Amino acid sequence: MSVAEFFDMGGYALYVWGSFGVSALLMVLEPIMLRSHRRAVLQRIARIIRIKAGEKV
Amino acid sequence: MNARLINWFKFSSPATFYPLAGRLVPIFSVLAVALIGVGLYMSFFIAPTDYKQGEGYRIIFVHVPAAWMSMFIYLVMAFWAALGLVFNTRLSGMMTRALAPTGAIFAFLALWTGAFWGKPMWGTWWVWDARLTSELILLFLYFGYLALQGAIDDTRRADRAGALLVLVGVVNIPIIYYSVRWWNTLHQGASISMDNGSTMAATMLWTMLIMALGFWAYTIAVALARVRSIILEREADTTWVSELAEVRR
Repeated sequence: MSVAEFFDMGGYALYVWGSFGVSALLMVLEPIMLRSHRRAVLQRIARIIRIKAGEKV
Repeated sequence: MNARLINWFKFSSPATFYPLAGRLVPIFSVLAVALIGVGLYMSFFIAPTDYKQGEGYRIIFVHVPAAWMSMFIYLVMAFWAALGLVFNTRLSGMMTRALAPTGAIFAFLALWTGAFWGKPMWGTWWVWDARLTSELILLFLYFGYLALQGAIDDTRRADRAGALLVLVGVVNIPIIYYSVRWWNTLHQGASISMDNGSTMAATMLWTMLIMALGFWAYTIAVALARVRSIILEREADTTWVSELAEVRR
């Protein structure tokens, strides 16, 4: 089986890659978004703690 | 029995669950990547071409696991919602909230890949068939839960309202599952059922099961990672959060 044949998927290329592609995209995007959200939350909490520490002094 | 009960309640405290979840996330991430990697390889190189549907049938290796997960995640959410309403544990609401976006993604993927299978096989992207319609309702239930939860500022009340919505929506799950049997629909019957076993070739079945296990591991990893952020946000004012190594940096 050649590479071109493989990607053609017996004429079903659009449907097979449309399904697997969008699934892969979402399942890669979700962890990336989670990571950036976690960073933002940590930064926000660290800033609040710094502000509070400053108030006490 | 009693000692076990106490043990479980210990982990319902966000402060103890946060580090536990942190240790579990990498384990399930590795499992997910390995299982989905093997599953994808089998989907394209091991599983034989279907005699009727040609290569197009390979869509089921992502369609069926996604559809299973969309229903299963909802049941897990309902479990946490019920637990939260009965025991009033804070972690329950956080777990329900952490699972919802992933459930919505899988419900969307089940519909999306279903459409991409339906177009070449049935000649249409969408029909108002019982299976498809009830799965669409499931997607809307996920959206509805997220919208309701987000609209209420008081997290306790948001959790209770969300839990109630999730529990009422559970009625939809058996409707999705049995829709192909109760109504004469375009969607084919279950390939794997609890009372008849499987009607598929062994390699196809294994490929689907390995993909499903991979989706499981993915869901656990993502939900635990999300619940950690939710715990941090909700417990931001507590001492234990301010003493965390990742906050102090």
